[in-house]
Amino acid sequence: MSSSVVPSIKKDFIYKLISEGKRIDGRAFDEYRSIKIETGLIRKAEGSAKVKIGNTQVLVGIKMDVGEPYPDSPDMGVLTTSAELIPLASPDFEAGPPGKEAIELARVVDRGIRESEIIQLDKLCIEPGEKVWIMFIDIHVLDQDGNLFDASLLASLAALYTSTVPAERFELGENFKLPLSKDPPISCTSVKLNNAIVIDPVLDEEEIADARLTVATDKKGDIRAMQKGLSGSFTIEEVKKIIKASIINGKKLREVLNKSIRG
Amino acid sequence: MGMKKPEDVILFKNNKRIDGRKPDELRPIKIEAGVLYRADGSAYVEWGGNKILAAVYGPREALPKHIQDPRKAIVNARYNMAAFSVEDRKRPGPDRRSIEISKVISEALERVILTEQFPRASIDVNIEVLDADAGTRCAGLTAAGVALADAGIPMRDIPVACAAGKVEGKVILDLCKEEDNYGDADMPVAIAPLTDEILLLQMDGHLTYEEFEKALDLAIKGCHIVSELQKKALLKKYERVLEVE
Amino acid sequence: MEEQPKIAIPSMVVGDAKRFRPGRGTFEKGGKIYSTRLGLINKQANFINIVPLSGVYDPIPGDTIIGIIEDISQTNWLVNINAPYPAVLHVNEVPWHVELGETSKYLKYADAILAKILLVDETKKIILTMKERGLHKLNGGQIIEIQPIKVPRVIGKKGTMISMIKKYTGCRIIVGQNGRIWIDGNTDGVEKATRAIRKIEAEAHTKGLTIRIEKLLKNRR
Repeated sequence: MSSSVVPSIKKDFIYKLISEGKRIDGRAFDEYRSIKIETGLIRKAEGSAKVKIGNTQVLVGIKMDVGEPYPDSPDMGVLTTSAELIPLASPDFEAGPPGKEAIELARVVDRGIRESEIIQLDKLCIEPGEKVWIMFIDIHVLDQDGNLFDASLLASLAALYTSTVPAERFELGENFKLPLSKDPPISCTSVKLNNAIVIDPVLDEEEIADARLTVATDKKGDIRAMQKGLSGSFTIEEVKKIIKASIINGKKLREVLNKSIRG
Repeated sequence: MGMKKPEDVILFKNNKRIDGRKPDELRPIKIEAGVLYRADGSAYVEWGGNKILAAVYGPREALPKHIQDPRKAIVNARYNMAAFSVEDRKRPGPDRRSIEISKVISEALERVILTEQFPRASIDVNIEVLDADAGTRCAGLTAAGVALADAGIPMRDIPVACAAGKVEGKVILDLCKEEDNYGDADMPVAIAPLTDEILLLQMDGHLTYEEFEKALDLAIKGCHIVSELQKKALLKKYERVLEVE
Repeated sequence: MEEQPKIAIPSMVVGDAKRFRPGRGTFEKGGKIYSTRLGLINKQANFINIVPLSGVYDPIPGDTIIGIIEDISQTNWLVNINAPYPAVLHVNEVPWHVELGETSKYLKYADAILAKILLVDETKKIILTMKERGLHKLNGGQIIEIQPIKVPRVIGKKGTMISMIKKYTGCRIIVGQNGRIWIDGNTDGVEKATRAIRKIEAEAHTKGLTIRIEKLLKNRR
């Protein structure tokens, strides 16, 4: 399909639906799509997970290597997060080095994981100042139907929680489970459309959205990371409303995540 | 190929290979058609430890305009390995190896596609290696063949690939990782199964002419077995459209 | 009784060249007829054709299509018609008198039009016209896209299927040959018509489709 131009009629119709309290796929404004998480799919990876949110699919793989620490944190492991919006996933994604969208996606996921300190990087030190574990989170988008932020963070978390540090491969003793604390931040993304706020947008909604806000919350309901995107703006009330909805939906997503990593 | 074999690795003994297969036996293969929502056609292939997705977009206007061919569509295959698909993490993005593989696969696919029906267009075939375990180009081309048919691209034939090679002087089908690393020869072959025309042929290592003949014969036999699995996958997806719920 | 159609895939033998002639989506080799496409085998007169089950829209002169304006110049519009190529609509082929440089006053970026394919040349350059009766700019409503090859099923035999959808939903509906469908009415009606059309798309080749669609349309929700 070669249609990257969205007909005005389609946009007007989604607006009209919104003004009547409806969405293009029949969901309520605060209703999330169904989520499916599968872990341990990639044998070559230290950990992996595929997340499906509706028709959106993201695959994340974790790889580990041994290398030098950063000079300012000589006794900490190193974390790197990358995302690729490969042309397999959408007719609008182009081959080539990561663009702005891919870099924003990787950085938002990275911040959610790094700042919440769920990875105990101090336990990934092998020899202070000399040798530490280097960890790579690679986000591979497979099918783009909206809300890559939430899908990517969820897949990264599910992959991390099922990862094993490959110590034997580097002759560094026995393999061990990646040391993680128990309470990961869960992100929830909403967009503003015709002055209404809808959660977990599909691509049709994302394409015509004015503004986007991603809010990561923890188990207690505290806010752990945020990212506003697109050229529109939010009122203060809208931001508060989105945060509250993100806390409620975060709880539901957390249950789905916990179920998938228990096995 | 080319790696020094450790002393304790025995690649071939009592007519059995390191993973227990017979010389002319394929690894387990699973093929599924139409697995992605956005793509015009798609396929998923598991081949031994390989996990590969292929997606087709098009025919669509070839852009930028200067790459357009007024006589036919250009076939643009892109073979890419996920960073986590290999033992030592691969840096994302194309390297010389993946650019070469993309080129030979594009050329192989172009031969069977009726490109003259779509002048000035491009047919984009994206092959993503998610988990790599020797023979990714053959598995990738095989997945691409199914994805192209799924996308409704007119073709003379559904292209298919399989490798043959040699370990410890013995000609074998479909090399596994150890055989690929420590063996004597690896020869990926893609064919149009209707005519046995050769669409892709590469070889590295060392084969006598007699061994080559044997290996080619074996690879083509392998291609025909995989070809049946491709067809089954397509029929399985589309026979469903004739059923009443 | 209709015969259950059979699926063909590229390179499959679909007939004997002594009894049949190779039609659309086939080729002959060594006395046999082979398919080049994934589709249904269709025997018409002494021809074997393949009715595709997937693939892009192939523009044919005379087709009525729904296009979306994707670029504008002084003398013409470039129109996305859901084919591999954009089509050209020249200012001389519209029902209005357009002064030089006033093209965007009549049709803007992302506007939708009902147009006809006037010409397709060898290199697939496509020319549109809006100069016939009934061709116009589309205002309001909703546009959905289905696989172009499913269009005949949505229309139905002698337009029966589409008439039924219009009757039960109270919507105005225009089906473009390129798989774009314009639906106008209240949002409940548009949603119901969309659901019916999606169901036709998914079950296009099954038996008893009309009855199942009517059941869906009669249903209150």
